[in-house]
Amino acid sequence: MTALLDVRNLVTTFPGGAGTGLRAVDDVSFQLARGEVLGLVGESGSGKSVTGFSIMGLVDWPGKIAEGQIIFDGSDLAKASVETRRSLRGRRIAMVFQDPMMTLNPVLRVGTQMTEALHAHEKIGKAEARARARDALGLVGMPSPEERLDAYPHQLSGGMRQRVAIAIAFLHRPDLIVADEPTTALDVTIQAQIISEFQKLTEDSGTAVIWITHDLAIVSGLADRIAVMYGGRIVEAGGIAEVLERPRHPYTRGLIQSVPSENSRGTRLTQIPGVTPSLINMPEGCAFRTRCARATAACVQRPGRFGDEDSYHRCFHPHEEALR
Amino acid sequence: MSMTQERANAAAYGAERPLLELRQISRRFGSSPDLAARIAIALGAAKPAPVVHALDRVDLSIRRGEVLGLVGESGCGKSTLGRIAAGILQPSEGTVLWEGEDRNGFRGRRLRDADLKAQMIFQNPMAALNPRMNVETLVAEAPKIHGLIKGPVGEYVDDYLRKAGFDPTMKRRLPHQFSGGQRARVNIARALAVQPDFLVCDESVAALDVSIQAQILNLFMDLREQLDLTYLFVSHDLGVVEHISDRVAIMYLGRVIEEAPVEEVFARPNHPYTQQLLAEVPRIRPGKRRFAAMKGELPSPLNPPKGCHFHPRCPFAFERCRTEAPATREIAPGHRSACHLNDQSAA
Ligand SMILES: Nc1ncnc2c1ncn2[C@@H]1O[C@H](COP(=O)(O)OP(=O)(O)OP(=O)(O)O)[C@@H](O)[C@H]1O
Ligand SMILES: Nc1ncnc2c1ncn2[C@@H]1O[C@H](COP(=O)(O)OP(=O)(O)OP(=O)(O)O)[C@@H](O)[C@H]1O
Ligand code: SF4
Ligand code: SF4
Ligand SMILES: [Mg+2]
Ligand SMILES: [Mg+2]
Repeated sequence: MTALLDVRNLVTTFPGGAGTGLRAVDDVSFQLARGEVLGLVGESGSGKSVTGFSIMGLVDWPGKIAEGQIIFDGSDLAKASVETRRSLRGRRIAMVFQDPMMTLNPVLRVGTQMTEALHAHEKIGKAEARARARDALGLVGMPSPEERLDAYPHQLSGGMRQRVAIAIAFLHRPDLIVADEPTTALDVTIQAQIISEFQKLTEDSGTAVIWITHDLAIVSGLADRIAVMYGGRIVEAGGIAEVLERPRHPYTRGLIQSVPSENSRGTRLTQIPGVTPSLINMPEGCAFRTRCARATAACVQRPGRFGDEDSYHRCFHPHEEALR
Repeated sequence: MSMTQERANAAAYGAERPLLELRQISRRFGSSPDLAARIAIALGAAKPAPVVHALDRVDLSIRRGEVLGLVGESGCGKSTLGRIAAGILQPSEGTVLWEGEDRNGFRGRRLRDADLKAQMIFQNPMAALNPRMNVETLVAEAPKIHGLIKGPVGEYVDDYLRKAGFDPTMKRRLPHQFSGGQRARVNIARALAVQPDFLVCDESVAALDVSIQAQILNLFMDLREQLDLTYLFVSHDLGVVEHISDRVAIMYLGRVIEEAPVEEVFARPNHPYTQQLLAEVPRIRPGKRRFAAMKGELPSPLNPPKGCHFHPRCPFAFERCRTEAPATREIAPGHRSACHLNDQSAA
């Protein structure tokens, strides 16, 4: 079976530093089949959002896709025209942004924005568009959806705005949704509702989802596969159970162990020492080297990918044993 | 078991008078309509100048040395309660007792001391820090005003920065030059520098990376031991609350609906809302699971439902729930819950 999305050796840069610029996304590859959910996790600033923007064709100038391919349903988006990109966006590929105001226009009513999004790609009447917009709001748990159609974004709470943005992403039942921290600002109860709607969409419409988050707990129950980013690179990728039960890369392991669990009460949490390095002073070789307890002289070389396309890590001294 | 924890346990059985006690605290916001109010007016769901019942007759006490976790949905009144506990917001009704005495009766030095002894660490570390002051000035500001610094200011500041795990050699820099985790540490150093007994932490780790969050949570626990601190720990992250708290209070729409030692409430949640909330505690557990939505409309603090606030979403609601607010009952030692079902099973 061919993948819906096949990202190959993607490099996205911003000007700065020396030479070829800052590599916010550095040699990232992964594949996604229809109906599949990929959890993309990692440290703040590790390049998760920029990976999402690259797929969407929304990397802001002077940033650019410098290398690699983004093959969506057989054609390479990295080389596609601006028009091709635009016609796909919203209809076949949608993004839920970390900040919902990137989707929402502050001077238009919610209903207007939603019906405009529908009219942009579909020939439907006014009444039908409004009904579909209202139903989409209902799906994401918006209280009084009919009334909310007439509200402006500033009249909604942060969580409600995020739900409007999600409803807009759902409108065309796209093939792929890049969801960037879609539920981080929401309560657990509403979070569960939104995730259940995502689950229905993947099952009913075969929509594939890239779920970007810090929250390993959500990913563990939602994703089929997981990719862990650090310093612009995917440092570990694989099936969800495989990676969470037997993390090989020391960063992945540290990340999982630092999450409080029902057994952690009264004990100190395992912590990853140090701070996240910025792109400008990213260590050479393995970017995690300055915080890693297993680092040796070998790690000043850049680790390649060990494993196959579906399951690999980038570490010279990987853990072998299962967690706990 | 540590000293602090032993004391907290002793306190849990009433051996000690609470450090802070809130009695029948209500807080309403009215005059200038907030966001929720403006929407409601715009939608015709409310008349102008509506009243937000942010807190409705809340009783809560915090014992010296314990960590009390406070959880609940967005808008249920956690921050409002935290600000009242920290003494930076006045209740509309009710009494706040500090070490057994009515805080309203405090004057002069007693008032100033009580103010300093309770500190709040806010949610957004960037917004809380003046961007034009360097770290040293930020940390020294309050203790200087209050004459707490006896020796050289630099040493005093370094000491508190070190306690918060912040490298004092960076103290001449401005807040924007630091990462989120470092700013959180500055904020903590700043609160510690006035030598408080009691810290209200309002979503203090929410904005941090998981790897940094663990560092800060460990820091809170270390400081508790070293400085004998008492915490009110407000968070929407149930995993974090479970990790750090001795006791947990659960709020729903302006009321504390359940309160119990942490193991007890996670093992035997009594209130139907708590049961639904805890069913959603995120755990790392590989394997697809069904996420399910809680039924019913989200309530509004503008016109809370009559009777039990939870009745429109409660699967067990019966006639009485729609008219009469349930009283809080002790259902096990130290475990209190406000649900009519507890009367039925007793009868
Ligand atoms: N427009 C831009 N110009 C310059 N650098 C940028 C730009 N956008 C992002 N970056 C840099 O690219 C890197 C990756 O950023 P990105 O937003 O993808 O991180 P992230 O993994 O999504 O982090 P977070 O979890 O905090 O959202 C960061 O170092 C960031 O500073
Ligand atoms: N200064 C204010 N003026 C008017 N209304 C207010 C004010 N502060 C809070 N409120 C209202 O009181 C209610 C409780 O707010 P509070 O901030 O205490 O909630 P919270 O539980 O901390 O929510 P969150 O989890 O979103 O931080 C909300 O409806 C809020 O809109
Ligand atoms: S390559 Fe070396 S420094 Fe990098 S994670 Fe592995 S052991 Fe640590
Ligand atoms: S009092 Fe009634 S409505 Fe409220 S939680 Fe108990 S059973 Fe449910
Ligand atoms: Mg991001
Ligand atoms: Mg709050």
